[in-house]
Amino acid sequence: MKIHEYQAKQIIAQYGATVPQGHMAQSVEEAVKIAKNLGGPVQVVKAQIHAGGRGKGGGVKVSKGLDAVKESATAILGMQLVTHQTGPGGQKVKTLLIEEGMDIKKEFYFSILVDRASKKIVMIASREGGMEIEEVAEKTPEKILKEWINPVTGLRPFQVSRLAYALGFDQYGKAAVKGAKKLFTSLYQTFIQEDCDLLEINPLIVTKEGRVLALDCKMSFDSNALYRHPMTVELRDLDEEDPAEVEASQHDLNFIKLEGEIGCMVNGAGFAMATMDLIHDYGGTPANFLDVGGTADEERVENAFRIITKDEKVKCILINIFGGIVRCDMIASGVVKAFKSVALKIPVVVRLEGTNAKKAHEIINQSGLEGKLVMVDGFGPAAQKAVELAKAQG
Amino acid sequence: MTVLLNKETKLMVQGITGSQGSLHAKGCKDYCATQLVAGVTPGKGGSSHDGTPVYNSVRDAKEASGANCSMIFVPPPFAADAILEAIEAEIELVVAITEGIPVLDMIPVAAALKGGKTRLIGPNCPGIISPGEAKVGIMPGHIHKKGNIGLVSRSGTLTYEAVAQLGAKDLGNSTCIGIGGDPINGTNFIDALRLFQDDPETEGIVLIGEIGGTAEEEAAEFYKEYVKKPMIAYITGQTAPPGRRMGHAGAIVSGSGGTAASKIKALNAAGIAVARTPADIGDTMLQALK
Repeated sequence: MKIHEYQAKQIIAQYGATVPQGHMAQSVEEAVKIAKNLGGPVQVVKAQIHAGGRGKGGGVKVSKGLDAVKESATAILGMQLVTHQTGPGGQKVKTLLIEEGMDIKKEFYFSILVDRASKKIVMIASREGGMEIEEVAEKTPEKILKEWINPVTGLRPFQVSRLAYALGFDQYGKAAVKGAKKLFTSLYQTFIQEDCDLLEINPLIVTKEGRVLALDCKMSFDSNALYRHPMTVELRDLDEEDPAEVEASQHDLNFIKLEGEIGCMVNGAGFAMATMDLIHDYGGTPANFLDVGGTADEERVENAFRIITKDEKVKCILINIFGGIVRCDMIASGVVKAFKSVALKIPVVVRLEGTNAKKAHEIINQSGLEGKLVMVDGFGPAAQKAVELAKAQG
Repeated sequence: MTVLLNKETKLMVQGITGSQGSLHAKGCKDYCATQLVAGVTPGKGGSSHDGTPVYNSVRDAKEASGANCSMIFVPPPFAADAILEAIEAEIELVVAITEGIPVLDMIPVAAALKGGKTRLIGPNCPGIISPGEAKVGIMPGHIHKKGNIGLVSRSGTLTYEAVAQLGAKDLGNSTCIGIGGDPINGTNFIDALRLFQDDPETEGIVLIGEIGGTAEEEAAEFYKEYVKKPMIAYITGQTAPPGRRMGHAGAIVSGSGGTAASKIKALNAAGIAVARTPADIGDTMLQALK
């Protein structure tokens, strides 16, 4: 789960991280009022959307004086901000963050995440602030510094000190070294206390006066740990998510909206991805990823149908179930019932394999939905049929 | 001989009195008479569940029953603790089925496994089965035939699909290991490959990977060094959009890392045939054995 920059900064500040002074605004008037209270010669107006690349898309404006703030806020608020992460439609800006402008001496990159290979938390830092870390890693891997955290000892002072000196904070004075160490430590505390998935500060800056601050903050959480963070759940912004995905999540369905024409209903995440791969291989495009789970019942099947068919681009549905604990005959009756109750107009290809598959075939064949509900044996043939039917719909 | 499981395996189930634990404990017992010797549910020690004695702790259960394997169905908030309890009691093989354990809970578990006596499979996995010998997991036993193909996978149902495809070619399994879909797990691909190489009954290997992480790339490196048996692979999620978590906590392409393309490239470079589509897993294995 992702949150906005202004929310993330409030959280890290609670753990002692230094951030620029600022406040969120949802109107131009509020923005100007905040800028007035902040004072100083320069303010920064920042669009609050979850996607990265806001600056390049025109969502961040350095503004000198209240008139400039008013102009920036008017321009950004309500715009469809398009970045490399939003997709071509962009994301509507509904919230701004107004901050004091900083006198930046040098920008750094800093992040914390779980390193799967070593099974430890790792801190990643670089002197190449403001750049995409992927790019730095590819072109100049030697510029990337890493500190792995031993789970028995936790983060030790020597590690933050080593990192601060390796990044060259001593060039900016003793206070800068101290500030960097304090900031790294508080970010680590945030990461472990809040069950973060990723905590990224890009850029982390040192000012001309030697202050060290988090100028940006991207934070996402481990969704498996949200049960122990009820306050975090409150920060979820449903406007940033696809409405179909929000609805699916309310029904405990694992659903991801895609751009294609074939709706997919599959049991198992790996199997659902494999189904998407196979549809592509036959020249079709999946409209979604959907794992109905190991305890699929009639209600889940019906909900899944309803969510898939809300997408008008969907021309055919492929149901691919390998029954293990889930019985195929139960799925088959669920499909027949759901087909009728949702009043489906598009064809559905059903492939049921495993426990009680034979009985399931009988149920589908006797449903009276010939031509609409098509039973196909085999993973490959089922995907092929779905692609054919989708194309025949034009 | 099989890998990790056999008729001597003595199984306990942590969380046996829950609905899933209860259902699958019975499923294991009913498969080739897998020896289900104990259950653990704190507070229900001294009782009996479906004829299986229940204990308050893993240590009590081990002392009383001689169990050397534990299957875990404890809910996510308490599952890492349950795994640590089994590690502390030196249970040889621990199979954690639970899905949804916070990743930060698994970091100390991974540390506790190092240098210890326990092998962990999972979490978030279907378990392990040696057809004709024993089952410790939630997979449908009846689709598996005894044979000589070792299978290791990050996926559940896709593994059943692969098993069915192999079965259609008359290829049975020595052992199938579901290592699970979480970013931090116990047994990894490399561990499984080593076991299969060292098992005289395994003649061919199927590896089913997915997007996210670099476990498949590491497995490809290890294959070159250590494995002398024919192996094939499939990587699921080749058409998944980057930056989205595809159901499994570990299945995500982040930036340029963890793509199917990089995994397939590494596997091919190690001389491992990768099935072109998920419908070709059986065929590809058959070809590789020729």
